[in-house]
Formats: sequence, structure tokens, C-alpha cells
Amino acid sequence: MRYVEEFRDAELGRALAGEILAAVEPGRHYKLMEVCGGHTHSIYKYGIDDLLPANVELVHGPGCPVCVIPMGRVDDGIAIAHRPGVIFTCFGDMMRIPGSDGSLQDAKAAGADVRMVYSPLDALRIAKANPDRDVVFFAIGFETTAPSTALTLRRAKAEGVRNFFCMCNHVTIVPPLRALLDSPDLRLDGFIGPGHVSTVVGARPFEFIPADYGKPIVVAGFEPLDVLHAVHMILRQLAEGRCEVENQYSRVVPYDGNLRALEVLAEVFELRPHFEWRGMGFISQSGLKLSAAYAAFDAELRYEVPGVRVADPKACQCGEVLKGVIKPWECKVFGTACTPERPIGTCMVSSEGACAAYYNFGRFAREREVV
Amino acid sequence: MTVSEREQRILGIIETARAKRAKFRDARVTMAHGAGGKATQGLIEGLLLPAFASPELDALGDAGIVTLPGGHVALTTDSFVVKPIRFPGGSIGELAVNGTVNDLAVAGARPLALTLSLVLEEGLPAEELRAEIDAVARAAAAADVRVVAGDTKVVERGHADGMYVTTTGLGLVDPRASLSPSALKPGDRILLSGRVGDHGTAIMLARGEFELGAEIESDTRPLWPAVDALLDAAGPSLHCLRDATRGGVASVLNELARASGVAMVVREADVPVHPAVAGAAEILGIDPMYVANEGKLVAFVAPEAAEAALAALRAAPGGEDAAEIGEVRTDPPTMVLVETAFGGRRVMDQLVGDPLPRIC
Repeated sequence: MRYVEEFRDAELGRALAGEILAAVEPGRHYKLMEVCGGHTHSIYKYGIDDLLPANVELVHGPGCPVCVIPMGRVDDGIAIAHRPGVIFTCFGDMMRIPGSDGSLQDAKAAGADVRMVYSPLDALRIAKANPDRDVVFFAIGFETTAPSTALTLRRAKAEGVRNFFCMCNHVTIVPPLRALLDSPDLRLDGFIGPGHVSTVVGARPFEFIPADYGKPIVVAGFEPLDVLHAVHMILRQLAEGRCEVENQYSRVVPYDGNLRALEVLAEVFELRPHFEWRGMGFISQSGLKLSAAYAAFDAELRYEVPGVRVADPKACQCGEVLKGVIKPWECKVFGTACTPERPIGTCMVSSEGACAAYYNFGRFAREREVV
Repeated sequence: MTVSEREQRILGIIETARAKRAKFRDARVTMAHGAGGKATQGLIEGLLLPAFASPELDALGDAGIVTLPGGHVALTTDSFVVKPIRFPGGSIGELAVNGTVNDLAVAGARPLALTLSLVLEEGLPAEELRAEIDAVARAAAAADVRVVAGDTKVVERGHADGMYVTTTGLGLVDPRASLSPSALKPGDRILLSGRVGDHGTAIMLARGEFELGAEIESDTRPLWPAVDALLDAAGPSLHCLRDATRGGVASVLNELARASGVAMVVREADVPVHPAVAGAAEILGIDPMYVANEGKLVAFVAPEAAEAALAALRAAPGGEDAAEIGEVRTDPPTMVLVETAFGGRRVMDQLVGDPLPRIC
């Protein structure tokens, strides 16, 4: 645990909180969005916002991979899982996401062979161990997880595995951020940039945020000191009248990204013309599908799926939560009809989802002082 | 109404809903019903308790107490479906004895007798069966309890996974004990008899699904000696005991906070965790507080007796890492809060879903 504990030091945290306090302009309210669900999780898990003055408000963004999956895609996955002979694999959180008629977990209880995996390579291993079955991996995530899916597909191709298929739901981070910044109902002062995504794409793709929209962004790591440090850096930019991309997570994030990973992505995937996001509608050039060279592994070509666009349940306000327009508790069904054990919306499922994080960890935070 | 007033009002509505008895509304049984979290609670409180209308069962103790002429006996039963059958630090046979005698021990009862029921899969190698019967015999001797009855069934290949074991335990409630899940008082100290998460992590790693190399052994052991020492040291100041098996310490604290209508505050920095368990949990995104133990108890002790109780726990076998991890408070009722090591605060709610199936 060395190289981790150092970034959780409570004393350094208090010192940094003091510096944040000093950087706050009295009477001004700051709204900062953490783009990535990993940050949302850290903020609640460590109680980071307890160390911030009350007029520094953290708003949760769209960067939770499970949360952005629309219902129609879950239905398509369930349809594939129910096909005879199919072993359907996905990450644990994905099992509980509700489709229009139950979740993958329910499909499993009803007889589908749905298995939880921790990586796409686990799914490939299952495929090799079951050569007479079709093994489908439900791939989700931003540029963070896309390279591991890509490398797995590359390996499957090199090894001539013919019973491994990928239902690709990978998405890219920049288009939803642009959609968010274009939406009129949101006023933000700055962004905590997604650290994990940036290890792949670098910090450079975020230059449009200060250039086109005049907002500072600081790419940050996921330990509590990283998050506090990023908040401080944003407040400093605002105080000094600067507006730029800064990289707090330079111990991991190269400014230009990981070129090898980007090459693999370009080989295995291509952009879809448009992709549906939960609660945010269709966003152009925001989703990935398998490239022509990997068409033999594409589950969407292998199987007929309903492919129906399913409207979100009426009461569900995941879209507004994902865009940071409302806080989780402001949703009409939060905590009553929609709970982690019986979720209506995606944000209530993943540990990175704003609603689940707030429900599980965030209630009864300490009273904070306004500066 | 200000924003924070509105937030508080909505949180109040949620707490009211949460405090209600859980319902069982699922169309089918899922693995989550076996995880010890909210789905399990729904199954127990929504289906089983209403069906039997039994005050002993309604008390939701680890064992039911039956009053006989001349004394109180504790009765409990437990099935074991752990996969794999053998794992570092133990095996299903040893678990089947310790799990049941520990349910008796934390009810304040000295274990007296066990029954042993086996469901065997056609084709199970006799050598494996013999090894597990040996393990049962050794564990029973170590726990000072006799196997007095049993049953054997065999099912077709593929209809069970090697072997399942059910044990029922009978114990005599110790006259020094006055324990109840609803006896917690604000001010009570929360003691933990050692490091958390060893058993669940050992099983997980033994399955070889993660390719993580770490030397972690299951903590399976009988807890009566520790309970005996606690009863000596704290007597009536000992308000409640629980063994923190499936669902981990977090689930125990949540169940008791609900049963007693109290709040709890846990100091994260004071919870003992093996560094390898902490590392594995970090990588897998699991909180060790939700990971199963098979030889750890949580004790609630009045403040004046806490120091003596902790010393007694530390002197008991396997208790060298025992620690005081927090205390019982009044507000907010039925909630468990954590003071994070980083200096923040958060809720520690019941487990949802099933990160680690079939660990016991």
C-alpha cells in the first residue's frame, strides 16, 4: 500500500483544506464539476467535501461508465444472454442495471448463463475453456477501459479464438462534456478532469474547455489529497484570473496521453455516428464499435438484437443528475422508489454513480461553514 | 425552505422508509439473497419471520433461546456451501463446526452438542470426504463439543458442488450472560476481536480468479474462549455480541443499530486490517468491513467495563489484535457512521448485491 497511503494523510489534508479556505473569495459560491465517477466515489468514501468550505460545491458529472448505459442496450444484452449456448460476461455493477424487464442478475436467476468478470481477459479465458459455447463480453467504459478490451480482442484474433464476441458500449469523454457545456441550464466555475481517462488520452483533448468555454480544468488523481489539491488549483486559477488545462496527476498522466494505447484503440475500434446516453439522448461521435478488421468478434453482427430505443422511466431523473443540473436527493424518486437494492436509474447502481454514492455514503455529512 | 432544509426533510423521509421492516418482493431468488445484505434481510424479515410468528426468531439473534425447566438453552443451525472446499487456513468441515459453535458462543452459550448433515455429490472422491470428516472431528474436539446425531444424503452428479454441510448446535446459556441485540445503550463501546476480512479474502484468492498473490489465511476458529473471557471481565456490562461472518462487520453494526434504534460511529483508522487484505480490497474495490470473517466477534460494552473487556479479548487466543473501534450514540437513530481516516465522515450502510458469493 506504499505510494497510496501518502495521498491519504489526514494532516496534509487539513493543511490543504486551510489553503483552499485562503483561496476562497468570501461570499462567492463556487460550483466545480468532477467529471469522473471515480472522483465522486472518492469524495464520498473519504468524506472529502467535509473538508471544504460550504460555498465550494462539488457537482457530479457524467463520467460513470455504468450510469450512462441506456435501457435499450441492457435489453439487447439480456436478449443475447438468453440465447441458448451463450455465456454472457460483464462487470459486477452491470448485472444490477435495470432493463425494461429486469436486470442481467434477474436473467441469470431465470436461467441465462451470466457471469461476473473483473476484466475482458477473464472473459476470453472463459471462451478458451468453453470452445463449444459462444462467450460474449459486455464492454463498457470510457477510454480508460477501452484499451483493455482492445488488447483482449487483439489477443483473441492472434490466437484464432472463434467463440469470443464483444458487445461494445465503449464511449468517449469529450463529446458528452461538450454537450454538457452547451446545455443552458448549467453554471459551472471549473472542472476536476478525469484522471484515469487522461492516462490514455492525455490532458490535451481538454484544451477546448478553457479555449471555447472559458472554464479552468485540472486533471486529477483519485486519492483524497489529489482531489483537494485539484480543488485548490482551480480556485487559484479563478483567483488569479487564469483559465487553462493543468495536470495535477502528472505522476501518471502524460500531457499527450499514451500513444501505444491510442494506436490500439484506433486499430480495434471506430466511432459510431451517434450513440445513446442514459438521460442525455443521442450524442454524435460519442460511442465506439468494433472496426471492420474485428467484425468477426462483434456480438451485434453475430446476433439479432431488439435494438429498440427504450425511453427512461418517467420518474427517473438520471439525465439531470448526470449533467449536474440537480443533486441526487433532488430527484423525485431518490431514496424512496429508487434505492441501491431496487434501482430505477443507473446512477443508483454503480459505486461510482452519484446517487448510489450519496445514498450509501453521503447522508449526514458534517455541517460545514460558509466563508 | 432552504436547500439544506429540503435536503434534511428528504433524508428524513428516506430514513422512515428504511426503518420499516424489509419486504420480500423478488420474482426469483438471486445470489444477492445469500449475501447477508439488504436482499437477505428482505428474505428473512419479509418471508421467514412473518411465516413462523416466533418471538425467539423475531429476536434475530445468532441463536434462538429456549427456556427449559432448570435453565436456558441456545439452539442454532447453519449450512455451509463454501467454494472451494479447502482453502488456506481451513476447509468446509472445520468451518461447519466453528460457524455453528460461534453462533452459540455469541448468544452467551457454552457449546454442548452438534448434529452434522451432509449433502454429497455423486462422484465425490472418498479421500476428500474422509479429509473433511477428519476436519469436523478435529474442530469439534478443539471446540470441546460432541457430534451427537447426523444424516447423509447423496444427489446426482451436477446437482451439488462436491459437498454441502449443515450443522445444528445446542448450547447452555451461561448465567453470567444477559445479551440482546436490542440492549445497546448510547455510550457503549464497540470492540472488535481482531483483524477484519481475512476469511472472505482468503477464499476469494483461493479461487484463483484474480491472479493476486498474497499470503492470507482464513481466521476460522472457535470463539467460546474469547466470550468466556469477556463474560468474566465485563459480566452484565457486556450488552451484546455478534460474530461478524457473511456481510462482515458493517452488516453486524447495521443490524444492531436497527434492532436497538441507536446510532454508531466507527473510527476507520482504529479498525485492524491485515495489510494484504487491505491491498486486495483496494484492488478489487471492496471495503474490508463488508468481507466475511469466521472467527471474529463484535462486542458492545458499557464504557466503564470497556477497558477490562478489551484486555480480556486481547489475552484470549487469537485476540492479540483486538481493538476498540467506535461507540454507540443516539443520533441519527439506526445509522452507522464512519469517521474516515482522512478526517471526513460518511455513512456505512448495509451491503447491496453480492460481491463475493459462497464464502461460507
